[in-house]
Amino acid sequence: MQKQQEKHMEKRKKYRILGPVALGFESVKTGSWRLERPKVEYSQCVKCGICEKYCPVNVISIHKDEEECIQFIWDYCKGCGICENVCPKKCINMVDERGEK
Amino acid sequence: MAAYMMLDGNSAAVQAIKMAKVKVISAYPITPQSSISEELSRLVRDGSLDAKYLRVESEHTAISAAIGAQLTGVRAATATSSVGLALMHEVLNVASGCRVPIVMPVVNRALASPWSLWCDHQDTMAERDSGWLQLYCENVQEVFDFVTMGYKIAEHEDVLTPIMICLDGFFLSHSMQKVLIPKQNEVDEFIGDYVKKNTYLDPLNPMVINNLTSPEEFTEMRYQQKDGFDNAAKVMDKVFLEFEKKFGRVHRAVEGYKLEDAEAVIVTLGSMSGTAKQVVNMLRNQGKKVGALKIVSFRPFRSDLVNEMLKGIKRIAVFDRTAGLGSQGAPLWHEVCNALEESNAVVKSYIGGLGGRDISLETVLNVFDDIMNNDSKNKSPVWIDLKDNAMDIRQVKKDA
Amino acid sequence: MHNTKTECKGLVSNGVSACAGCGLELIIRNVLDVLGEDTLIVIPPGCAALFCGYGDGTAFKIGGFQGNLENTAAYGAGIKAGLEMQGNDHTTVLCFAGDGATLDIGLQSLSGMIERGDKVVYICYDNEAYMNTGIQGSSSTPQGAATTTTPGGKATQRKDLIQIVMAHRIPYAATASLANLTDLRNKVKKAKETDGPAVLHIHTPCPTGWSYHPSKSIEISKLAVDTGAWLLYEYENGVVKVNYKPKHFKPLIEYLKLQGRFKNISEEKVSSIQQDINKRFDELKVRGELL
Repeated sequence: MQKQQEKHMEKRKKYRILGPVALGFESVKTGSWRLERPKVEYSQCVKCGICEKYCPVNVISIHKDEEECIQFIWDYCKGCGICENVCPKKCINMVDERGEK
Repeated sequence: MAAYMMLDGNSAAVQAIKMAKVKVISAYPITPQSSISEELSRLVRDGSLDAKYLRVESEHTAISAAIGAQLTGVRAATATSSVGLALMHEVLNVASGCRVPIVMPVVNRALASPWSLWCDHQDTMAERDSGWLQLYCENVQEVFDFVTMGYKIAEHEDVLTPIMICLDGFFLSHSMQKVLIPKQNEVDEFIGDYVKKNTYLDPLNPMVINNLTSPEEFTEMRYQQKDGFDNAAKVMDKVFLEFEKKFGRVHRAVEGYKLEDAEAVIVTLGSMSGTAKQVVNMLRNQGKKVGALKIVSFRPFRSDLVNEMLKGIKRIAVFDRTAGLGSQGAPLWHEVCNALEESNAVVKSYIGGLGGRDISLETVLNVFDDIMNNDSKNKSPVWIDLKDNAMDIRQVKKDA
Repeated sequence: MHNTKTECKGLVSNGVSACAGCGLELIIRNVLDVLGEDTLIVIPPGCAALFCGYGDGTAFKIGGFQGNLENTAAYGAGIKAGLEMQGNDHTTVLCFAGDGATLDIGLQSLSGMIERGDKVVYICYDNEAYMNTGIQGSSSTPQGAATTTTPGGKATQRKDLIQIVMAHRIPYAATASLANLTDLRNKVKKAKETDGPAVLHIHTPCPTGWSYHPSKSIEISKLAVDTGAWLLYEYENGVVKVNYKPKHFKPLIEYLKLQGRFKNISEEKVSSIQQDINKRFDELKVRGELL
């Protein structure tokens, strides 16, 4: 599919398409919704991957070799709190979004 | 060599569908269309048609499956009638809105209620705002010809609008007539292979079709459909000429019959057109100056051609095979009235032939008699074949 | 997709306007992760239609079609037929419809699709009401649940989708839950590999409709399974396999008490539903022993 897109970019000719169709893969900045955000106690994290598995928006990634072993894509995190709820070590806590950075 | 075949309207439609090499069929049986769904199934079984036959469980599914299949890039076939078309109603608008050029024969039959198995135009008239093109057939040759041309018109990149080919229930669907069928390669040359255009479902070229559209864009998309209709008129005229050149038969969006010095003209739709022409001949023999105007393309309605051809005609009788309840006249009458510019012609709405009632020579003679001799100012539509005891056909005895 | 305005892992965009904590969002990501890029999706109006997007933007990297409420299976059948007739046997056709679109208005088209043997993967995400239009009751709303059209708690029992499709002798059908994601993903894979129609019925927790804090979506899914409110089983080539067979279910009230929609449910009602769960479970176990 990547090749298809590159080919299309090379041609750079505009084709008209009629009717209701979505041609653009998009994201809405749902991060603006949240009232709380997850805060991780990195030292307690055992990098089990459960939070990543259950995050509905798929914005958690595990970085085993980094100190900041759990990273979030803040643009999209809605602050639902599932990660806090499922973490077996209870090392994620939801804190006020407007509080400490 | 093109060859003559004895075919009824349904078989002619099947023949055209077969020669268009459709790949997916989803047709639900309904009188008087059933033999279309049966024959297509037989052709798939005996190998003469290489297609997948989906034995769908309703007309709503039939048209939905046809849309799904055609969006992947093949010709899909379905056909229906009457209440089946009514059941499709919701999805017809999806086909036209998503620019899916399906060709669908519709066998005209009355809408329930009252329940009827027989010929009436209310079913397709009820879909005149569905965004589909509509052609009406006078005879079985036209059924074959219009279905065949339907593919060429609908699939044109400037049209991309689905099309209904309307044939009168029983009067055409079950009427055996002599039809000239071209050779397969001639049809191939004329309509070509199906090429998916515009929007389609291809995993290698993904797009999400028919998602939510905002008020900021909806009007423009409807306008695109209007543009398709405007182009359809031009493309149709071109296709008729190409068809004439290749196959020798003349078809036009609107056909005039002995209009030249006519003082009264009957405007017709469907198989009644043949009867009308016969009556015109009869009256002409009696020295009466009459003519007939056959509407082939109801959608798009060719106001330009109707206006031109009816110029100077003083008395116009528009025969609708549908009741047009609640309105001053039935649908075809409205279209004709609005098509005429600067005309002080008398244009009367006639309603008849409902629920399978035959439009006989006598009926048409009565129409001409009324339009030529009845000068009443009454603007109501004339129910030309109404029986005298209309309000009393059911009676019970009760104690006083 | 022609114009990619954002990047993300997986086939579904990260920023979709589904509610915070939406079970459907987690389900659809996992389903598409298993099915892969070579998929075409059909979605009716409803919560999942959010993913089809608005205007020129969509949350999918794969191709798809937004159909009507009652004919998802019909579009799926047509799409599959069209692909097959072009020699394409490999693209998965996925129908992804809610409980209302499946069990109420869409039951006919699903039934026809299964009877014909169309090779379509049909996934019903069941959030137990018409959520997108404002939490109206559907035939899959459980007994006792309050919705805007069953304000006193639904009086009647819910329809059982898998039992219905089993009556069609479908080659593969299964219930699934977020309580066991591995099992869910496995079942999606089995559905994909079925040579014929496959139906999955996935329990979909809805914080907005069921009235609970979004963080509890997984907890509630697990309680549904632990209490028997959602039974996990498969039907494969005529054989029933009960996936979760505890000695005893947890008391139903543990599941119900977390949800606002059950706040007015009476003790008798809870008790009768509990008995019904036991009965259904026993029937399943017996069925599971028949080969």
